[in-house]
Amino acid sequence: MSKRTDSNGYTIIFSVVMVIVVGALLAFFANFTKEDRVKNDQVKAQIDILNAIGVEATRSNATEMFTKYIKEQKVIEAENVSDNDKAYLIDVKKELDNAKNGKTQKLPLFIAEKDGKTVYILPVRGNGLWDAIWGYIALNDDLKTVNGVYFDHKGETPGLGANITETFFTDDFKGESLYDGSGNFKGIEISKSNGDPNNTDKSDNQVDAISGATITGNGVGAMINSGIRSYLPYFSTLKK
Amino acid sequence: MAENKTQSEPLFSKKNMGLLKDPLTDNNPVTVQVLGICSALAITAELKASVIMGLSVIFVLGAGNVVISLLRNVIPSAIRIIVQLVVVAALVIIVDLTLKAYVPDLAKKLSVFVGLIITNCIIMGRFEAFALGNGPWKSFLDGVGNAAGYALILVIVGFFRELLGSGKLFGFPVFGDPVEKTGLYATGYENNGFMLLAPMALITLGLIIGFQRSRNKSLIETN
Repeated sequence: MSKRTDSNGYTIIFSVVMVIVVGALLAFFANFTKEDRVKNDQVKAQIDILNAIGVEATRSNATEMFTKYIKEQKVIEAENVSDNDKAYLIDVKKELDNAKNGKTQKLPLFIAEKDGKTVYILPVRGNGLWDAIWGYIALNDDLKTVNGVYFDHKGETPGLGANITETFFTDDFKGESLYDGSGNFKGIEISKSNGDPNNTDKSDNQVDAISGATITGNGVGAMINSGIRSYLPYFSTLKK
Repeated sequence: MAENKTQSEPLFSKKNMGLLKDPLTDNNPVTVQVLGICSALAITAELKASVIMGLSVIFVLGAGNVVISLLRNVIPSAIRIIVQLVVVAALVIIVDLTLKAYVPDLAKKLSVFVGLIITNCIIMGRFEAFALGNGPWKSFLDGVGNAAGYALILVIVGFFRELLGSGKLFGFPVFGDPVEKTGLYATGYENNGFMLLAPMALITLGLIIGFQRSRNKSLIETN
């Protein structure tokens, strides 16, 4: 091997060229697969929304099931409420950032009909232990009790925090009340000490936590509370 | 230079085929060299994930070995390892994007392990030990051979774990329905859920290693 490749100048030029070539290649490839990836994410959103009301959909029938169950999609912007059949594409993370920067937050709301009952589904997003957690909360038509939930996460600990996606955890939320006895909004606390592991008491605003996942659990509670709270002004106009 | 010698040698000479075949058996990177164990334990609970992971590694190592081999005379030795990392990282990102675009559910299941192909010791090991000193064709065979050896073990472990752990293969129930108690389950057979956990992957792998060494005594270390 020649000494040419050992000089500093050569090494620097080589690295620069390498970075440009590899960067261009990856950018091209990312663009090439973008359409499919975006479409997959959109279908996933439909599956997740349906999951919150306990409807199992697959990638092939998601769009069909979505139109079957979801009767209305609304976007709430402060006082303005509009119908928008692309509400499920709203980027919740971006809207939360908007709210933080003092801009108006677009709040998507999905109104589903299941077994003859109206169910309201709203997206929530927050932080777990390591990274983002998000999900959908389905509320019964009294807007006070939970119909079902769906959670997902980016990188919680497998076997501990990652178990928030499992039905043994999410099923506990079904029927849980979001309001205390005197009618004030309380949200749901993920409790380590409520002595009610099977969650038979639906009015205590508490769901049994997962052992070893305290911070993820607290994150879930905080996410539900702040998520639903931003919808309360709109919900109060619905209750006559 | 080395090229002249490879050109005079037939493409599928016995020596070249050896590069492809040896890693499958007597020089297997997982069972003999004991490399790449972490991913072999983590993603083998299902056969499908094993197969996809195996194919991904075959692509990354095959293509990576060729790229490194082609560049071997121009890579500055001071940043040799960095260049190798960039090549493998770029290939892994391509695999990741492809999986996300065409098999999204599986991409989610493999999640971090696709990214962790970068840290798979087999890959850097082959770049460093083989591709830097050999021509592209030989490097390609070596890369595909070693990755196939890795994939083979993944598939064997995945086969037993999914079959005994969930009674399925590629997601299709082969023993009947465990809830309805049909097929084999009617006789009182139960799935062994323990097979789905990482420790049983290690034990399965240990059994494969033991079996291989019982067949080929020359692999047994004497010390």
